[in-house]
This record gives sequence, structure tokens and C-alpha cells, in this order.
Amino acid sequence: MSATRVAVLRFPGTLDHESAATAVRAVGGDPVFTHHTDTALPEGTQAVVIPGGFSYGDHLRPGALASRTPIMVAVKAHAAEGGKVLGICNGFQILCESGMLPGVLRPNASLAFICRQADLEVADADTPWTGGRRTGEVLSVPFKHHDGAWFGDPSDTRVVLRYTGENPNGSIDKIAGISNLAGNVMGLMPHPEEACDPLLGSVDGRALFAALLA
Amino acid sequence: MSNQPLHRELGLLDAEFARVKQLMGREPTDPELVMFSLMWSEHCSYKHSKPLLKGLPTTGARVVMGPGENAGAVDVGDGLAIVFKVESHNHPSAVEPFQGAATGVGGIVRDIIAVGAKPIALLDSLRFGPLTSQRSRFLFRRAVEGISHYGNCIGIPNVGGEVQFDERYEDSCLVNAMCVGIVPQNRILSCAATGLGNRLVLIGNRTGRDGIGGASVLASAELGDDDADKRPSVQVGDPFTERKLMDCCLALSEVGLLVALQDLGAAGLTSAASEMASRGGVGLAIDLDRVPLREEGLSPGEVLVSESQERMLAIVLPEQLQAVKDMAERYELDATDIGEVTDTGELEALWRGEEVVRIPSLFLTDDVPFSEVPQNAAPPTLPIELDTVPEATDLVAAWLAIMGDPNVASKRWVFEQYDQLVGAGTIRRPGGDAGVVRIPGTDRAIAVTLDCAEWHTELDPRAGGQASVLEAARNVACTGALPIAATDCLNYANPEKGSTGWRLAESIRGMAEALTAIDTPIVSGNVSLYNESPRGPIYPTPVVGIVGLLEDASKSVGAAFGRHGDQILLVGYGEPRVDASRYLGRCAGLPPAPDLVKEQALITLLVKAAQTGLMQSAHDVSEGGFAVALAESCINGGIGADVTIPTGRRADEAMFGEGGGRVIVSCHPDHVAAIQGLATGGLGAKVIGTVGGNEVIVTIGGCTTRVPLSDLREVWEGSIPRALEA
Repeated sequence: MSATRVAVLRFPGTLDHESAATAVRAVGGDPVFTHHTDTALPEGTQAVVIPGGFSYGDHLRPGALASRTPIMVAVKAHAAEGGKVLGICNGFQILCESGMLPGVLRPNASLAFICRQADLEVADADTPWTGGRRTGEVLSVPFKHHDGAWFGDPSDTRVVLRYTGENPNGSIDKIAGISNLAGNVMGLMPHPEEACDPLLGSVDGRALFAALLA
Repeated sequence: MSNQPLHRELGLLDAEFARVKQLMGREPTDPELVMFSLMWSEHCSYKHSKPLLKGLPTTGARVVMGPGENAGAVDVGDGLAIVFKVESHNHPSAVEPFQGAATGVGGIVRDIIAVGAKPIALLDSLRFGPLTSQRSRFLFRRAVEGISHYGNCIGIPNVGGEVQFDERYEDSCLVNAMCVGIVPQNRILSCAATGLGNRLVLIGNRTGRDGIGGASVLASAELGDDDADKRPSVQVGDPFTERKLMDCCLALSEVGLLVALQDLGAAGLTSAASEMASRGGVGLAIDLDRVPLREEGLSPGEVLVSESQERMLAIVLPEQLQAVKDMAERYELDATDIGEVTDTGELEALWRGEEVVRIPSLFLTDDVPFSEVPQNAAPPTLPIELDTVPEATDLVAAWLAIMGDPNVASKRWVFEQYDQLVGAGTIRRPGGDAGVVRIPGTDRAIAVTLDCAEWHTELDPRAGGQASVLEAARNVACTGALPIAATDCLNYANPEKGSTGWRLAESIRGMAEALTAIDTPIVSGNVSLYNESPRGPIYPTPVVGIVGLLEDASKSVGAAFGRHGDQILLVGYGEPRVDASRYLGRCAGLPPAPDLVKEQALITLLVKAAQTGLMQSAHDVSEGGFAVALAESCINGGIGADVTIPTGRRADEAMFGEGGGRVIVSCHPDHVAAIQGLATGGLGAKVIGTVGGNEVIVTIGGCTTRVPLSDLREVWEGSIPRALEA
């Protein structure tokens, strides 16, 4: 059986595509870079990752321009058929801007970029995104963003991950990551691809990539 | 308007103007004169410093490319080279801190790209006035925001650096940025233009009026009251375009479409083209009408010297021109054929079909009249008699006060604004002795740091130059990495005044001695002079960047204590002194000169101990002395310590004195003997205590000082944020 094909999107200004591809490979997937001008996902795509970065230099609003590119039409169709989509940081912003996830990501309460390791609490163990982790279990994953305060009505979503301790960015209910009600589209501000290698201090991020292949 | 002749307005001396006319054999055209004024500025020509730099060691078994190219390169095995350089952007940052600092990052990144290397790490060395000054708070805040804005968006992890505050930098802040890249050695690009008829291609941003005269009127003169007028000389950065430019140039290099590559920095097209021509021994003919412009009405001189950002100049085979343009289009960038390689050795420029420039490129790059720097030795300073320094009666209060000194306090407020991680290669993040980054595709890693001992350099320039090198080397070695090469950014005041020229020469001599002693050549560097305002000169500030190699990335060591019951050793040599210490609080006295032989032995010890997995942590004793280093290892590890220092010294001197090469090491009790066995060549390695508890306890001469870890953490982490709220 061949490895699960995972499209890793690449917009102008995307930064984390290579790290995301490495993480997909580490859990046994087959990552394929897919450009913003493409009108279809690669043949046989079973899941999509929208990696972090500064697509279009954050011009207008983070994620706003990327959400209106040709490839996002194909990603929406993929999700509508139940295909999995994981948006990380700028990918989360793109998912919210495209309407695939509810809410918006506002500038951090401090109005500054923050890069920090975080303990994320599994808020809902019944989505596919946290593997076998039980509700209340903690994942160590770093975050790094300027516009990461999720704002919206939590009842429109399933809250998958919450920051523990002090709220680092002012998001509603300390939300770090959400999925749609169907559970197949997931967005989070922290960077699981930076927590997939023991050398980097944590492998807790692997659960999210493994979920793409499940 | 002034009635000065044009050459003086442009910053050229009368003698230099006479030399221009003599070389040219005629009156230069206006654009030609503008080009000379930029290329012969201190910033571009190093006319004051070049003769002094000759003493620095620049060769070694690992050196692939030394100074003279866009950045230096060293062999790190597997056919790979690490490419790096540090550069200043001081004057623009003093005038407009956000854009000044941002474009400082942009400029150094393009130097690395020009060698064909992929950037994998950034570091910054920043110096401002005290945070009690509103102006300094503004400059500091905005410079950090500028670095954050630019560096985060281009996607290069920021892994370290330093921040200092002192009144001497109130009017002349220092913003130095270092970039490290990786490249297969067989793909290293030169800036030498070659191949008659090859095309000259400008890639990236359009050319506008920003940064006109930046290298001459701004960077090569003292700052004064009319600095606001110089704001148009500061460039404006666009990190999104820089990222596309980086991806595009690296893709072009990977498929072999580039004959040569050069970034456009100070003096813009003039500098890039003349460097490429001189280096390749060819001429270049440029059609200025083909340069894509952002606005109308630029003069040919302005097009030639504009410092618009995010532009690179490439030499391309004619038959590959279309392929280059296609690649640029994929990255949504302009790539424009603006001229060709000729055999004249001259830089020619056409404007509206007429020749406006014809200068042998060597006139611009090699014929600047060097200026002898006056060597007025400063009177020697004397060591401080300890009796004249009042002894702290409350050691707890003194300890907390030093922990809260913004120079010593945690720089978390700074580095949390930087993306430290992008690329999934950062093994040791900022806040330790050095940043550690994996070499992509290998099991090895590099450790990098930027350091400077400016107080020491002011008081004893030769020893201070040594100390600056050794502080950086020790920091790299604390992570377990062997220092392999260095870069330097020499920030000094006006070399024509006072003892600045002597301090420059003496500190370079000291640096050369230390670099030779630890077998670490300089492969790139930058000089920034005229960091002086009516209020006076900055301290001589030779910022040193060192890259170290870890053969096994998994063996790197951090500064944090780990396990309860680990033993704490004080490893190294030298005795603490109050001279020029944070405890003394001022730049006075005569700190002891480093012992170069023992420093090399200390580096060897640390590297061996790390390779064999003996150490849990290693942390250099530097500013604030032993008690601060101990507290930092405790805070970073979230665990206390209990130590006894066997000394007959006054307790305050023992705790807070600085000097020598001392490292606080922690290890499992079973490893103590092995570490002590490595301590040869006159190094000490005494066990002084144990890790554990939630207090930090220091006993000296029977007198015990104890502070809850949480109290130390609170002042250390809270100091800078609190100072900024003022």
C-alpha cells in the first residue's frame, strides 16, 4: 500500500511548508507541495495541510488574500466531501478567512508578536485530531504569531485545544485550536511541526499529523 | 540651500575631489561625482580601517572563502559550508529605528543569499541609552519591532544576540545583525562578473528615491541636530519581497542559471556593479533607462545610488536570460536585463541614449586615498582598590538589584518578539549562552553567538578586544560546540578624534591575538565609524560573532540546571574583580587581561565534556558575576541550588565580581571525577555545591546568603517590561 498523499499548500510568503512536509513524512505520509495557482489538488490527495508563514506578506489581513486563491476552491471542495484539512497558524487564519472555520483571528492582546513554548490542554478528545489523548491531557507545542487571538462563538465549533495557565494572546476561552462541527477541518495557532523531533524538545505535535493519515 | 561646491555637499574632501579629477583626467560628470562620493565614503571603502584590519587572522583549514566577498564561508563537512557575516545598521536606526533595524536585517540576509546560501539563523546585537530615557525606550522598542517585523516575515529563526543599555549609546544606538546560511560548497557564488557579452540582470524591487546618500551623508558622518533631515536617507523594507527574492535567487542558483550574484546595499547599483566589475576584471555597460522605477523624475545619479531594498544584481548567460526571467515570474518578481559585461574594465552608464558615466571600476573600488588614523594613546587606567568601594551590607538586596539591572536582566521581552523556531532546526533557543541550530540534512549542529566587552575595551583596548573574542568563544563552547570561525562588527566613534583611532588599532590587535590563540579565523566583517554625537563618542564596541561546530547535534548542552542532587562545579581560571563590573556600575578600573592559553584549555574541556555527555549544564560567568550566572542556571531550570565558595575575598567581590574565564557546570555525581580529569593546563574544577530546592543559597566565609528562586526570577524577568511601562 502506498503512503497517504498529503497536499502541503504553498502561497507566496508561506514559510513552514518544508517543516510541515518533514512532519508528514515522519508519521508515514507522502507530502506533495501544491501551489496557490493550481486549480486542483494533486491526484490522489487524501488530506491537506495549510502551513504557517506570512502568505502575501500579511497584506490586507493575515490570510485574506490567500483565502481567495484558485487552490482554495479545490480545498473547500475536498473538505465538503469530508476530506481532512489541517491549518497551522497562518493556515488557521486562511481557514477562518475562507469561511471553512468560524470566527476570526485578532491581533494578540499585547499587540506584539509572541514566540513561546506552550502547554496545550486537550479540550475535546472526541475529534480525530489528538489521537488517543484523553481530555485534559497536555501537549507541549510552541506558538509564534502576531494575530492569534481567536474570536467567535465557541458553540459554532468544537474546541480541540486550549492554552493552559495565563492566556497568551487574549483568545476567547483560551482557545488555541478548533475544528468544524463535522470534525474534518482543524485550525490551530501553535506549530505542531516544531514539536515532532526529540532534538527540538517535544514530539507532542506528531498527533496532529498522524490524524491526517488516520 | 548651501553655497558649498557639490563635492563637499556629497561628503568628499577637497583633496579627494582633486584625486578624482587627477584619476579621471577631466572634470567628472555629476552622476560620476555622486558615485565617487559614495564609493569613497568610509562606509563603502573602509578608508580609515582597512590598513588596521590586515592583522586579523583570516586563514585556516576550514576556511572556504575569507573576507572580501559578500560573506565568509567555512567547511562543516559533507561538502557543506556555513556562510555568515555581521553588519551594522547604526545610523539609519538612530534616525528611524523601525525601518533602520528592519532593513539592517534585510541587508545582511541578502549578503548571505548573494553567496548562494540558504539563511538558517539570525542574531542581533543591540545597544541603546538607558531605559530611564524616553528617547531610548522609543528607539529600543521600535528597533525590536522592526527586527521582528522583517525577520519573522522572511522566515529565518532568530536564535540569539545581546542587548545593552548605557548612556554612551543615548544618541548613537548600535544595531548589528548577523545572518548564517548553509550552501553546498560546489554551489558557492562569487560576485565576480565574467564572460564578455553576458547579461547584467536586476532582480527584485523597483528603484525609488529611498536611501539616497545613505552610505555617505548618513553612515559616514557624526549624528547631529539636523538628523530629521536625513530621514529620506533611510531605506524602507518589504520583507515579503525579500522572501520571494531569496527563494528566487536560491532556485536560480540551484539550477545553475547564475554566473555571479551580488546584492544591492549601500550605494546601490553603483557599489554592486563596480564590485562585480573590479572583482571580475571586466567592464559593465548599464542602460539606466531600462532600470524599472517606482516613481518618475529620478536623475541618472539617483538611479545609480538609490538604496531601494530587496534588489539583487546577477550575471547571466545570454542564452539563459529567458529562463531567468521565467523563474522570476514564478516568484512574482521583476528580472530586467539592464546591461552587459564588456572588456573595457569601465563602468559605463547610458541615460536617454547619452553616456553619462564612464569610470574605470577600479577607481571606485581600489583607488580611494587611505586616511591614516591618528594614534593618540589614552592614559592607562589603574585597578580599583577594593577598599574604596563600599561593601554591600545587604547581599540579598545587592543580588536582586543586579538581577534587575536591564543589562543583566532577562531579554525575554526582546526575543519573544522574534520567531526563534521557523524551519524546525532550532535546538537551543535564545536566552542561553549561544543559539544552537541543526545543519539541515545532517546530524551536526552549529552554535552561534554575538558578544562584546565594551567597558573592558574602553579601559584597556587590547585586553578588551581579547575579552570580546573570548566571551563569544566561551559562550559557544558552553553549548559543547568547538569555535571554528568568526565575524566582527567594529563599532567605533569618529577615528579622527581623541583616542578612538588608537583604541581601534589596539582592540583589533587584541582580537587578532585571541583569535589566533583559539585557532578561529575571521571570515567576514564590517566596520562602522563616526558613532559619535555632540554629547560624545560611544564606547569602542567590537562586536564578535562566533560559529561553533557540534559533531553530534544531540549532545548540545544548555545553561539550565536539571536534576535534584546534581553536583555544581566552578570550572576555569581567574579571580573575580570589581573593576568594570555591573556591581561597580560604571566603566572604571582595570579588569585583568584574559589568559589566552587557559581560555583555549577551557574551550577544549567544555567541548570534550559535552561530546562525552558528562554535563547537564554549562553557563559562562559574565556580567553580574558568579551569583548572577548561578541564579540564571537556577531560573532556567526551575530549580534551586546550594553552593559554598571557598575564598578569602570579600563576599560582594566573590559574588558579583567579574573577570577570568569561569563556567558554572552541573553534572550527575558520577561524572564529577571525569570532568575534573579534563581540567588540565592550570584550570580549576572544584565542586562547590548541589542542585535542588527552591532557594538559591551562597555561602562565603561562613556567611550565608539565601534568596527564594521566585524572587530572583521576578526581578530578572520583570525588569525590562517594567522599565518600558514607565
